[in-house]
Amino acid sequence: MRNVWIVCRKELGSYFVSPVAYLLLTMFGLIFGFFFWNALAYFVVEGMEMQMRGQMLPMNLNEQIIRPLLQNVSVIGLFFIPMITMRLFAEEKRTGTIELLVTSPIRDLEVILGKWLAAMILYAGLLLFTALNFAFLFKYGNPDWKPLAVGYLGLLLQAGALLAIGTFISTLTKNQIIAGAATFGVCLLLWVLGWVSGYETATWARVLSYLSVTTHFESFGRGVLDSKDAIYYVSAIFMWLFLTARSMESLRWRS
Amino acid sequence: MALPGQFDIVQGPFLTLFLPHTAQVWLGEQRNALAVDYKLLMITVKDLTKRYARTTAVDQISFEVAKGQIVGFLGPNGAGKTTTMRMLTCFLPPSSGTAQVAGFDVLEQPLEVKRRIGYLPETPPLYPEMETAEYLKFVGKLKGLSGTDLQKKVDYVCERCAVADVKKKLLAKLSKGYRQRVGLAQAIIHNPDVLILDEPTAGLDPKQINETRDLIKNLAGDHTIILSTHILPEVEQTCERVIIINKGKLVATDSVRNLQARARGAESVLVEIAGPNGSLDVPIAQQKLEQVSGVSRVLCKQQVDGRAIFEVESQKGSLVRGDLARAVVQGGWDLNELRTAAMSLEEIFLQLTEKESTEAQKESPTNKELEQ
Repeated sequence: MRNVWIVCRKELGSYFVSPVAYLLLTMFGLIFGFFFWNALAYFVVEGMEMQMRGQMLPMNLNEQIIRPLLQNVSVIGLFFIPMITMRLFAEEKRTGTIELLVTSPIRDLEVILGKWLAAMILYAGLLLFTALNFAFLFKYGNPDWKPLAVGYLGLLLQAGALLAIGTFISTLTKNQIIAGAATFGVCLLLWVLGWVSGYETATWARVLSYLSVTTHFESFGRGVLDSKDAIYYVSAIFMWLFLTARSMESLRWRS
Repeated sequence: MALPGQFDIVQGPFLTLFLPHTAQVWLGEQRNALAVDYKLLMITVKDLTKRYARTTAVDQISFEVAKGQIVGFLGPNGAGKTTTMRMLTCFLPPSSGTAQVAGFDVLEQPLEVKRRIGYLPETPPLYPEMETAEYLKFVGKLKGLSGTDLQKKVDYVCERCAVADVKKKLLAKLSKGYRQRVGLAQAIIHNPDVLILDEPTAGLDPKQINETRDLIKNLAGDHTIILSTHILPEVEQTCERVIIINKGKLVATDSVRNLQARARGAESVLVEIAGPNGSLDVPIAQQKLEQVSGVSRVLCKQQVDGRAIFEVESQKGSLVRGDLARAVVQGGWDLNELRTAAMSLEEIFLQLTEKESTEAQKESPTNKELEQ
């Protein structure tokens, strides 16, 4: 465990010493801020229109702002995750520092977990920006915090699975760009796979849509903690981290 | 009471107290000699082989290294030096054969081996975004150090490897010499029994090379060192023993001095001759030198307007220098220089590797004959 933390600290250090972390945080903050502002403006305008027409339909911050925004974050995350994971192993392989890690008295799994954990922490840092925006809803409105908490849990689980995939892909190449592009491709694919369920109900379509990472987020977004979806994410994390360990081992047999 | 001389020396330490002092010293030496055999072997490599899909990078190499030795791992580029070192450091698993470091097998107890090894790969494994002290701290933690001990070790290796003045500098900004020294510092931070250095002086300037060599020699007392290189004078200057490999095979393993003695079959003399009025008839001069008794071969190595350098090979033990000088003067030329060319490790190395390949060529037809 100590070794995991050592690797994680070092990894976080390189995120925050280089511009990577700041760039990601800024871009994410801007993009989410714009989404938030849009959603809120729409909500306010709608509310005023209803008042003018004299009809009072129930308005709900959770349903009309938080839920769609969390869905958006889940998709925006797909674009940011490759940028977080692409350097994890590819950079070490390129500069040769991987030799230091592999010849130190530390297990492969500890290296992998440390790096994945650092990526998770950076992603959690991105989510912190969304929390800043949501804090205003709590100041001026009265939304329910429980669905939001479940939503955040879902986002973290989803990111965990995708970051594990990114980590795995990063062990396959020395080139960050290739690792990033491949991870991005896989992320997008895992998003759009879910679309087939819209027009097809055959078994293959259901399998495909089950594989999609974003479909499993829907329940979390609604504030429902569905064990089926949680298990999907957790098992995906385990599987991809396991494959990463295999890939790291095969590096030695091949290189 | 029996006389000391009648004791059997294996009877025990107490009884040996009765032995005369010189005998005790002798006995101690014998024990030490035994200890070298059994206890102090730091590295034992047996039939180590690494095969890739199409090639065999390392082919059944066996050698042993005793504690405290500096061993030079010598071979042309692509001979399998790095692969062997990587197997010793548990970076690559061997295809067959065994390697033990400090009594631990690289396949079965890799963590124990890694704890006892300091490794400097060909390119020092530095994170460009870290500062020197920060980096050394990180490596120290990876190797299992912590607390005040870690801080002390960082300060110590900085001092020892002469990088204390760049402690707060980014590794990306360091010069090549400093990078190499920081690489050495990270290798010794956990005070490992064995140091494995892959071409530690590659790409340095002559001054830095000397500094690095001195540093390595200084480290030898505390650590067993294997260093690889394709620069031969380096081995002559730093190492006690040489392991020569070529194309994945072990060619020779011996002390530097023994190798030199073994390979010295012939002696060669360098002769520089200048002709009168800046003109020299090289073939005639060569002929003249060849006629000196005892000379077996004359090679013209260099020839620049009116001057030429010949390498004259002669039978071992025949003193031809005087005759050569006389022959030159009789020919009407000036003798600019005359010196014996010592057999360098380079020549030994070439001789050994060439011998290997010619033997292989000789062997191959007999194999074919057998098959027929």
